[in-house]
Amino acid sequence: MPPRPLPSRFSSLPGWLAVPGLLWMSVFFLVPLGLVFAISFASRGTYGGIVWEFTPSNYLDLLHPLYGKILGQSMWYATVTTALCFVLGFPLAYVIARSPVRWQPLLLLLVMLPFWTNFLVRTYAWMILLRHDGLINRFLMALGVVDAPLELLYTPAAVVIGLVYGYLPFMVLPLYVAVERLDPLLVEAAWDLYASRWAVLTHVILPLTKPGIVGGCILVFIPSIGSFITPDLLGGARSMMIGNLIQHEYLVVRDWPLGSAVSFVLMAVVMTAVVLYYRSASRTDGPLEGR
Amino acid sequence: MRHSSAGLNVVSLLAMLFLYGPIFVLVLYSFNAAHLSMAWRGATLKWYAALMHDEALLAATANSLLIAVVSTIGATCLGGLIALGMDRLPGRRQLLIEGTLVLPLVIPEVMMGVALMLFFVMLNMPLGLTTVILGHIVFNIPLVTIMLRTRLRKLDPALGEAAADLGASSWQVFRYVTLPLLRPALWGAILVAFTVSLDDFLVTFFTAGPGATTLPLKVYSMIKSGVTPEINALSALLLVLSMSCVGLALHLQRREV
Repeated sequence: MPPRPLPSRFSSLPGWLAVPGLLWMSVFFLVPLGLVFAISFASRGTYGGIVWEFTPSNYLDLLHPLYGKILGQSMWYATVTTALCFVLGFPLAYVIARSPVRWQPLLLLLVMLPFWTNFLVRTYAWMILLRHDGLINRFLMALGVVDAPLELLYTPAAVVIGLVYGYLPFMVLPLYVAVERLDPLLVEAAWDLYASRWAVLTHVILPLTKPGIVGGCILVFIPSIGSFITPDLLGGARSMMIGNLIQHEYLVVRDWPLGSAVSFVLMAVVMTAVVLYYRSASRTDGPLEGR
Repeated sequence: MRHSSAGLNVVSLLAMLFLYGPIFVLVLYSFNAAHLSMAWRGATLKWYAALMHDEALLAATANSLLIAVVSTIGATCLGGLIALGMDRLPGRRQLLIEGTLVLPLVIPEVMMGVALMLFFVMLNMPLGLTTVILGHIVFNIPLVTIMLRTRLRKLDPALGEAAADLGASSWQVFRYVTLPLLRPALWGAILVAFTVSLDDFLVTFFTAGPGATTLPLKVYSMIKSGVTPEINALSALLLVLSMSCVGLALHLQRREV
């Protein structure tokens, strides 16, 4: 035993310093979350209060087709968003990873910068573009493609566009890390062996970048499925998503038990995706490193 | 690369256009003199000038800044201490803490909002600036901890050990070795926390009472009551504000090699 313990890791300070912060997270995060879970098994009183009697009825209520439709719709929007992000994000990540090394940080910064700006404002920007007399409609009419303005805003398509716009950076980063690690010689070898373009893509590039693809898809899917602002601003009454349903149950209907049950269904979906993410990341020593 | 295709470059260019086009249009139209239509009627600064005279907006700005400053200070202290303290804990406990800290980052923000609202309402706490600040500290702690922890893990432990060998107390090691090395990451974390707090809509939406309107809440209610040129101007200002904060943060992060 040395006379005094040397710092084995970098921090030389005692472990109890972490206590206040962890206490804060417990009180203001874990406890509220537990409260939501508990309330999801209670029921709503006549005047909106909470009746503390254990019942699974809130979860059973969610089987109603109306809720089922919203849940299914959210899954669908999030899936389409993920697919579109991949189609746009893969070429972008590939080009960045294969551009001169000194340009790469700047290009990645350009991809990430919009993400760090106000989400509400970025979503609002699409309202200007998609409006009835918005820029896209004016443009199409000026070109003579359409005679009357198209209904673009308040449609499912608008929601998906907004989601792709919001979460594209999440796709590009893990893909960039994966492509950057892909040995260009392997691609060259495939070309030399007379592989077709399609064969190079499907037999070399995609399999070798699979960890990044899985990571990117999950990172896009998670915030998409739980989004609120995008469907709220760009979607109509018919393109509601789970987040809007939660807000609606809490603030409009004031049925907190039902809102809590919806929250936990959403949380279950998200946590499944998170577990899948960590599994794929741990199997291949992680696209997280690139973040 | 020999076979890099033009198609890839075209799609990348389109993706970049997609990322920046809407922002560009928004900023451009904040200078448009036309009131309602999207037709260009010449450049003007009058919408920006109108913002300066909007009392409610100035109050919202004051609220936003107050919330961002207080919650950044709180989260930097609490989150920084977690990063410094957890380094010495056994591996399993570190994993547990990491899991707890990742959770707020992955669960849907709307869920964090309703959970906090429920909690405050059940405690009979009136919703207002205080509850918003308490909530903002919650989502900023993990950001600060993770950023500082990433930096801490990259430091060479030999530096601290050398200082300890030369008789420095653990406080002195922290004060004269760890802290100076952490400084860029610390400033980066502060700027990121500040930006995230300033931009937050959802947690604020659920935890703010009627008296605690912030800039994003104000933007939201303006959007909901109809699209006006003032929103464009305000949005453009918010974009510039968060972009400069993050640009600065990234610059600081980059320098720390």
